[in-house]
Parts: sequence; C-alpha cells; structure tokens
Amino acid sequence: MENIDNIYEQLDKELSMNGADNLREIRRGALEKFRRTGIPTTRHEEWKYTRVSSLFNKQLNLPVSGADLPFTREDLDALRLPGQAEANELVFINGLYSAAFSVIRSSGIEIVPLAIAAENEYAPIVKAHLGHSSKYHEDGLHALNTAWLRDGAFVSVKKSAVPEHPLYIINIADARKQHQFLQPRCLIHLAARAVLQVIDNNITIGNVDCLTSQVVEAVVEEAAFLEYYKLQHDAPNSSIVSTTHIRHVGKSNSHVVTISLDGKLVRNNLNIVLDAEHCESHMYGLYMPKGDDHIDNHTLVDNVKPHCFSNELYKGVMSDRSTGVFNGKIFVRQQAQKTNAYQSNKNILLSPEASVNTKPQLEIFADDVKCSHGCTIGQLDEDGIFYLRSRGISEDMARSLLLHGFATDILEQIKPLALRNYMEELINHRLELKEYEY
Amino acid sequence: MLSIKNLTANIEDREILKGINLEIKAGEVHAIMGPNGSGKSTLASVLAGRDHYDVTGGSVEFNGKDLLDLKPEERAGEGLFLAFQYPVEIPGLSTINFMKTSLNEVRKYRGQDPLDAVQFLKLMKEKMALVNIDKTLLSRSLNEGFSGGEKKRNEVFQMAMLEPKLAILDETDSGLDIDAIRIVANGVNSLRREDNAVLVVTHYQRLLDYIVPDFVHVLWNGKIVRSGTKELALELEERGYDFIKNETATV
Ligand SMILES: Nc1ncnc2c1ncn2[C@@H]1O[C@H](COP(=O)(O)OP(=O)(O)OP(=O)(O)O)[C@@H](O)[C@H]1O
Ligand SMILES: [Mg+2]
Repeated sequence: MENIDNIYEQLDKELSMNGADNLREIRRGALEKFRRTGIPTTRHEEWKYTRVSSLFNKQLNLPVSGADLPFTREDLDALRLPGQAEANELVFINGLYSAAFSVIRSSGIEIVPLAIAAENEYAPIVKAHLGHSSKYHEDGLHALNTAWLRDGAFVSVKKSAVPEHPLYIINIADARKQHQFLQPRCLIHLAARAVLQVIDNNITIGNVDCLTSQVVEAVVEEAAFLEYYKLQHDAPNSSIVSTTHIRHVGKSNSHVVTISLDGKLVRNNLNIVLDAEHCESHMYGLYMPKGDDHIDNHTLVDNVKPHCFSNELYKGVMSDRSTGVFNGKIFVRQQAQKTNAYQSNKNILLSPEASVNTKPQLEIFADDVKCSHGCTIGQLDEDGIFYLRSRGISEDMARSLLLHGFATDILEQIKPLALRNYMEELINHRLELKEYEY
Repeated sequence: MLSIKNLTANIEDREILKGINLEIKAGEVHAIMGPNGSGKSTLASVLAGRDHYDVTGGSVEFNGKDLLDLKPEERAGEGLFLAFQYPVEIPGLSTINFMKTSLNEVRKYRGQDPLDAVQFLKLMKEKMALVNIDKTLLSRSLNEGFSGGEKKRNEVFQMAMLEPKLAILDETDSGLDIDAIRIVANGVNSLRREDNAVLVVTHYQRLLDYIVPDFVHVLWNGKIVRSGTKELALELEERGYDFIKNETATV
C-alpha cells in the first residue's frame, strides 16, 4: 500500500538506478512534471467541475510487475463482450499488459510490450509518438501515467492491413481486497492504409473502490482509418480518468464513439490532432449518469493543418443527483485554413437535483474557417409524452421511448453490429424497455 | 357513448371551457366548428386527458366509465382516439415501432394477446393502403420532418390501426389539398361502424362533404352556442360566425 507522496519517491529511486532503456528519459521528464504539478484540483481550469483529488485520499495499491495473475482464463472468458471471443484481445490486468491473456487472431496486427517496442524495429515509432499527448495535459495525473509506465503495450497494424476482427482492449481491475490504482498505457500505430476497429472496455471485479488512469495514444498514417469505441459500463465503485489521443499524421480518418453508462467518477479526455491535410474525424458520445455518478467528457480537436473536417455530437441524460460535464474545445491554428469543425452537445435533465455543465470553447487563429457549435439543456418533451400516452402507452414507457429516441443516433454510430446490439440491450435494460424492439 | 355534462376547464386560472354539454351516440358523426381560440382543441385535449388543463367542474361519461378519472393511456385503451391538430415530432422513434408498441399496449389493456411481427405487418399493410401512406415514411422518426399533410395522414393511419370507438379529429383537414382530404375522409368513413362514433373539429364545410355529420355544433367562447344538422355548416360557410355572435349577444 502506498500513498501518492511516496509514489514519487519510489519512482525517483527506480529511475535513478543504473541501467538505461529507451523509455527512461520520457519517464524521468514526466516524473518531474508530476512533482511540479501534482494531482489536479478544481482550481485547475480543466478540472473545475471534476474533483479527482479526493480519490487520492486513501491508501493506494499499485500493482507489481510479474506478480501472480489473480484470475484464470475461465474467469475472463466469462466476462467477454459479444464478438470478443473471435476477435483480437489486448488484456490489461490491474493496468499491466498481460501477454498470457492477450490473443491476436487476425493477420496484419501485432501486440508487443511497449518496453520491447522501444528497443526493437518499432523504436523510431515509439520515440516519435509515445507521450505526444502530454503536450495537451498540464496536470500531474497524466504525467504520472507516463512516469510510472511499465508493462504498457504497443499495437502495430501493418501497412494496408485490414484485420477482419476488432481489437478489444480490456482493462481488468482486481478490486476484491484492496483499493487499486491502475495506470494502463497503450500506443497504437496504424501504418498507411491500415484499418482498425478498437473496442475499449473496463471491468472491475470486486467491491473496493478502484481508480484507473488510462492513456491510449494512437497514430494514424496516410489513408488509414481508426474506429474507436469506448464503453463505460463498470461497477459503481470504479472511477476512471482516461485520455484517448488520436493523432492523424497523414490524410486519414477516425470515428470515435464514447458511451458512458456507469461509473462513480468518469473523466474522458478525447484529443483529435489533425496533423495532416484533408483529415476527417467524427466523434460521438452518450453519457447517462445516475445516482451520484459524475461523468465528464473533455474533447479537443486540434486543427494543425489546413482542409480538415471534424464533426462532434455528444448527448447526455442526467438522472437522480448525477452530474454531467461536457467541454468541447476546437483549436484552429493559424495555418489551418479551410477548417470545417462542427460541434453539438444536447442534454436532458431528468431530475431537479441532476445537473450538467456544458461549455464549447473555440480558439480560432485562422481566418478562412467554418466552425459551429451549439448546446442545449432541457427536460423531456411533455407534449411528446402526452402524444404517446394518448396512444395507449404508459407514462413510464413514454419517457423511456423518448429517451431511447434521444440516444438512438449515437448508438447508430456503433458500426460493429454485435457491439451495437449489446449496447442497445444495455440501454433498453436501463430504460426498462424490454417487450418490443426499438 | 359519450356524455359531456356542464364541463368547465381552466388553463393557468383562465377559464377556457365554460360549461360544455354534448351527447354522442354510437354510429353518429358530430362536427364542432367555431372561431379560432374558442376552445375546440382544449375540449379535445381535455377529453384525451392532457393534464395541463384543470377540469373545474362537470362530468364526462364514456361507455359507462367516468372518463375524467382515467389516465390518457387508459382512455386510449377504452377506445378513445385523438388525431392531434399539431402532431408531435418524436426523434429517434420510428412510426412502425411506435405503432407496434401502441397497438400491443392497447391490446394488453383490452386483455388481448399481442400481435406477432407477421400479424402486425399484415395489419399495417392493410391500413397503409387505406390512407395511401408509404413504408419509407413509417420507417422514419415519428412525424419528424414530415410535411403537414404527411403528419395528418399519419394520424389517420394510427387511428385506422387502433380502431377506436370514438375518434376525435382535430382539424385533420387543415393544410391538406383536396386529394388528401378525400383520402383522409375515405379512411375515416371506411372505419365507421354502428358501434363507433366520430367527432370532427373543422373550420371548413368541404370536409363535411365527405364525412357527412349527423350533428353540427358551434363552439364559441368556451360554450356550445348552437347545434343543428349539416345545414348549419353550410350556413356558417356562407355567413361566417358573426351572425351567431350577434344572436348570442342578444340572448
Ligand atoms: N397551453 C396553453 N397556455 C395558455 N393558453 C392556452 C394554452 N392552450 C390554449 N390556450 C388558450 O385557450 C384558448 C382556446 O384555445 P384552443 O386551442 O382550444 O382554441 P381552438 O378553438 O382550438 O382554436 P383554433 O381554431 O385556432 O385551433 C385560446 O385563447 C388559447 O390561447
Ligand atoms: Mg384548435
């Protein structure tokens, strides 16, 4: 068991020991940044509405590399998502890449421990891209993930490869005995013309409070296409701060869907860096906090190069005493002329104690751009409820149908059918809609 | 079938319905006409159970039941149907799925088994033909982006699916061209039976050429001030409402 203060000392000692590896420098730098900045407080502009500091009040249990695996293959098989058993699986146990549980079933894709990738033929890619997201995050929590970096994974999708199945990234936390602090780390590289679907899911086993600080960086080369589905349907004792950082370095596309249904505290940073001309990115989000849940989505589109297109639609349904946060930053650099960037955020508050903070943030330094943004906060449409009731549908079911309708255009963005149907089921279950198909 | 006695209703403390009396028997067609703002839609909404109107007095009996005591969905189950003057747009819910839910919920209320997919589609095809509505429209989100005429035809389609005992059509003819009016009227007429009834709210005589009423009522300032046969509609068309206003003013 450790406390956040002696994590620094432990890492400082570790990184001062003899020996050299290619990750040492970046970890050193990150550790210094962590020392300077610490865990963000709500005084930090980017963390104004999301209080993570209290998650660090308790003793933290950091996983140990090479420790005995706390689960068996059968344990994990039982937790698979639809389609996962046939697909490629990248499994992290307590934040550590588990070679034993990870399986590649498609050709053209490879998983290598990050520490090895940093030394072998992938070294130039790792050097060029690992840690690129830290430029976008001035807080110590993100830095700590890099400083601590061990047992990360590197995923390579070869030139022109189109793996026939998605890559499931499964983060498993063992929260049966101790308060876990997990820091999974992953770098994904899509070579030119490669195509990859990623499905990213967190599973907490056990009832002890558990915190994940996850960083996934992805590099998308010329004519490649990344689809990224982030699914958050975890236990009520689990909290997550995640950064998904997608960097387009050649004319390429991405499609990202983030669905957050459960979790005590969820903070998602999604960065789309359009670092080549004619890139296109679509981002969709659905968040449905309940009880005392807190779900925060911070998105950033950084238009570095001209002629890029981005479109963003996030929808939230807040019930009970829960809170939602949406912050959508669009950054258009001076040379990024002819940028097209659209953003929309729509919220429904289901209870007087629920709340949402939504803020578009446009910082535009080029003059020839098209940007638009809009946000709405409202309640369920009473006229709509009455209309459905007048057709024999009960009030509760009418509300559920309206909410389902509200969520539908986000769910439709989930292209893998097995996953979409599964999400539909989860949402129908949440809305207590079971009898008919919608 | 429907017996309204001395019904009064407020919205936000303003009295809109000021003592309505109306009897509708099985097999009859009644028309309500009246100037804008006279309370026609308010009456229709109160009958359907819209809760932002406060019923302050009177009673409504529907097939022996106290209608005002029922929830809107129960009223639908009992066989009441309101075709809305302004049908509501419901994003993300297709008309087909909506109708499947609606029909099966109503059937459940009536103690009938739900229709399976095959039976439902068969019924739907039949009713679609009746109002000349096509499937692509019904696969889209309910009323969203529908033209005025499409919305109205969709209302009649829903009515045809649910086969109500009492259908209230609130200006279902407004905004329709003459062909569409004929289609809507045919739809309504083909559903007429001895054991059901229709209440048509309209501003225009021309709908009544197709759906011929047994009785015509004039609603003015929250009251039915005149009742007659279909000739009354013709008279209103010729002379406007003013002659009635003048008459009632002198009463
Ligand atoms: N939601 C509401 N809030 C406030 N006033 C309302 C509301 N609904 C109706 N009213 C008022 O009640 C009165 C009657 O309206 P209603 O819609 O019943 O008239 P109508 O006879 O159907 O008119 P039209 O021929 O224009 O459809 C009007 O003065 C209207 O402004
Ligand atoms: Mg009206």
